[in-house]
Amino acid sequence: MGSGDCELHVLAVDDSSVDRAVIARILRNSKYRVTAVDSAERALEVLEMEPNVNMIITDYCMPEMNGYELLRRVKGSRDLREIPVVIMSSEYIPNRITRCMEEGAEDFLIKPVRPSDVSRLCGRLRN
Amino acid sequence: MDYVHLRRQAASLRKGLFDQGYLDEQFYQLEDLQDDASPNFVEEVVTLFFRDSARLMANIDQALDKCVKDFNKLDVYMQQLKGSCTSIGASRMKTDCSAFRECCRDENIEGCMRSFQKIKREHSVLRQKLESYFQLLRQAGPVECATRPNK
Repeated sequence: MGSGDCELHVLAVDDSSVDRAVIARILRNSKYRVTAVDSAERALEVLEMEPNVNMIITDYCMPEMNGYELLRRVKGSRDLREIPVVIMSSEYIPNRITRCMEEGAEDFLIKPVRPSDVSRLCGRLRN
Repeated sequence: MDYVHLRRQAASLRKGLFDQGYLDEQFYQLEDLQDDASPNFVEEVVTLFFRDSARLMANIDQALDKCVKDFNKLDVYMQQLKGSCTSIGASRMKTDCSAFRECCRDENIEGCMRSFQKIKREHSVLRQKLESYFQLLRQAGPVECATRPNK
């Protein structure tokens, strides 16, 4: 690692292949290493196998386990709770945002996510 | 082959998509993400969009065919479709998806049917125009770049 860029590992979780492609592209352009998965269940499998995830960025609305539940599982785990979790949603629902932030989310982004959103996160992570 | 002419045609088609409201600013964001490392990114994302949207629309068709309409399920499908439209900047489709969701909230099945027919028409037109656009770009680009992305 030695550059000034964020060479961190981000786990991106989104059931939409379109959104997964876009967020992965934004993260890679920001010099993150990216693992992109299509479900919270798959994300938990990755977290179990891959110890060096620096941030999780997850969609809120997903079938089966949603982003909020994934957040709760991460924050409830002794091994995972320090990993920052960012939630993305296409809907602006204040109660949803409050609930996620109270559960320990690092940030809540309204889709479509922009490179400037990711730059802001990168800056906070590096500090 | 007259590459300049092809590029002009592609540019004109692209301008028309914005001027006529088919696409919005989000499409520019996708174009900004494209670079030498990912030279076909926009076309790849658009291809994903039309694959996923066709699947979602088939699900909605099936749900609308059922005798007992599940408005919650219809709304969930349409929320997913609207999300994808937002992500590629498909502005007209996004607006029509919102109209459909309003009809779901009102449990207005005729309204749902009408707006879904409109969504299908907009989807078909957008697909045709974007396919033409990317075909022109492929023809106009350097020979080594004029290849289809994997579907």
